[in-house]
Amino acid sequence: MIKHTNTKHSSGEAEGEITSVVNRRLFLRSAGLATSLGTIVIAAGCKDDDDPIPGTGDAVDLGSGDIGVLNYAYALEQLEAAFYTQVIQTPYNGMTDAEKTILTDIRDHEIVHRDFFKAALADKAIKGLTPNFDSIDFTKRDAVLGAAKLFEDTGVAAYNGAGKLIKNPNYLLLAGKIVSVEARHASVIRDLINPKSADFAGDDIIDMNGMDKAIAPADILMAVKGYVKDTISGPNVGK
Amino acid sequence: MDIFKIIDKFQQIDGDAVGRLEYASRRHFMSRVGSKLASAAIPTAFAAIVNKAFAQSAAAVDVLNYALTLEYLEDEFYKAGIAAANLIPASDKTIFMQIGKHESQHVAFLVKALGDKAIKKPTFDFTYKGGFADVFSNYKTFVTVSSALEDTGVRAYKGQAGALIADPQILEYALQVHSVEARHAAVARRLAAMLLGMPAMKGWITGKEGAVAPIYAGEDNMIQGGVNIKGLASKSDAAVTEAFDEPLTKEAVLAIAGPFIKA
Repeated sequence: MIKHTNTKHSSGEAEGEITSVVNRRLFLRSAGLATSLGTIVIAAGCKDDDDPIPGTGDAVDLGSGDIGVLNYAYALEQLEAAFYTQVIQTPYNGMTDAEKTILTDIRDHEIVHRDFFKAALADKAIKGLTPNFDSIDFTKRDAVLGAAKLFEDTGVAAYNGAGKLIKNPNYLLLAGKIVSVEARHASVIRDLINPKSADFAGDDIIDMNGMDKAIAPADILMAVKGYVKDTISGPNVGK
Repeated sequence: MDIFKIIDKFQQIDGDAVGRLEYASRRHFMSRVGSKLASAAIPTAFAAIVNKAFAQSAAAVDVLNYALTLEYLEDEFYKAGIAAANLIPASDKTIFMQIGKHESQHVAFLVKALGDKAIKKPTFDFTYKGGFADVFSNYKTFVTVSSALEDTGVRAYKGQAGALIADPQILEYALQVHSVEARHAAVARRLAAMLLGMPAMKGWITGKEGAVAPIYAGEDNMIQGGVNIKGLASKSDAAVTEAFDEPLTKEAVLAIAGPFIKA
């Protein structure tokens, strides 16, 4: 047992070293990618909200270590971005201007998150996922805001649960910068559903210590399974 | 305290304890003890030993006491606001009761986690040396301060994540509180925006937009992961800055909070 744990540790360290070298390279490359993306978009004036090359119900392994955690975040951001893109493309009946502004803002944040992870991961990134929103009636306010609430609360719990799996402090900080934005989304969506109530940080989600949820990747992947055609697995995320 | 005695005892309930110690730094081990404590029913005598051990991580104690200072401040602020006559309108009372409840819970949790290492509650001056003189008689001022405290809280917790990387369980607790502060911040910002007539102020932080400007220094940062992401996905600077919240150092936070603290 001791030996096993030791082995895990030393391989983790070796991986950490490799990762830090790879990271430098990835970030240099992602800098180039971000710039070239920007150039392409400006030059062609093309639509930016399309999902990146969707596939069809493949098996997707998120990978191991910090790369696994980043791919895990990338997977969740892909789903969120696709969801809000659909929400704005086909607004529910009676969407007010104020609601449209909020939902458009959130869509843009999720797209920025998604594209950030894609650029940062570069050739380590998982494929573009194919979402499955068949169960969501996009014409109905209740259905859309209910799903938004679920996605945001799940996102918060996922980042909170992934934090301790991250080895590189720079990645931990990045996750921290994003999770609080997801929490702001959750709060605003919950307030749209039940204005001026305690629901923005409701007792249904916050525990007796005043704490949000923190959920492990395996449980999150199980929870979002119905919203994606691909079969995502992450047995080595953070390991 | 005899660390090996603790490990022996721990070994009886967690067969992998020695392995964990081999694997981890002492500090790392302590936080795992803390995590076991939270999830398993451990005899009280043993829990007391572990509690002491748990609090031995100097870095963690520092961070937790820093958090406790801010939570004391928030807790007192909402208690006073809720108690003040004719301050919070009935329509908004539920919101501030809920926020106040969480701040009290955060204080209680931190005091318990720190045990005898917990700092005493400071005395506060919520007028901020006169800067917010009518904080408990003018609802606009109260909401302004609330939004500022919550956003500062978010930045403060975020700024400590790296310091807790070797204390995974404490890191997780801090993250769980951090996102609750962000939920509070969003609702307080939206109330403030409406009351103060600041339509550019949203639940999320656009550029450096907020009711108390100095608190938002650096929130307009667009360098993420070492890369300038201006124009990413052809989104506006507004969207790009909203998508990432920025941390503050302990020094910056204490400089902001300083005038609230009398002694």
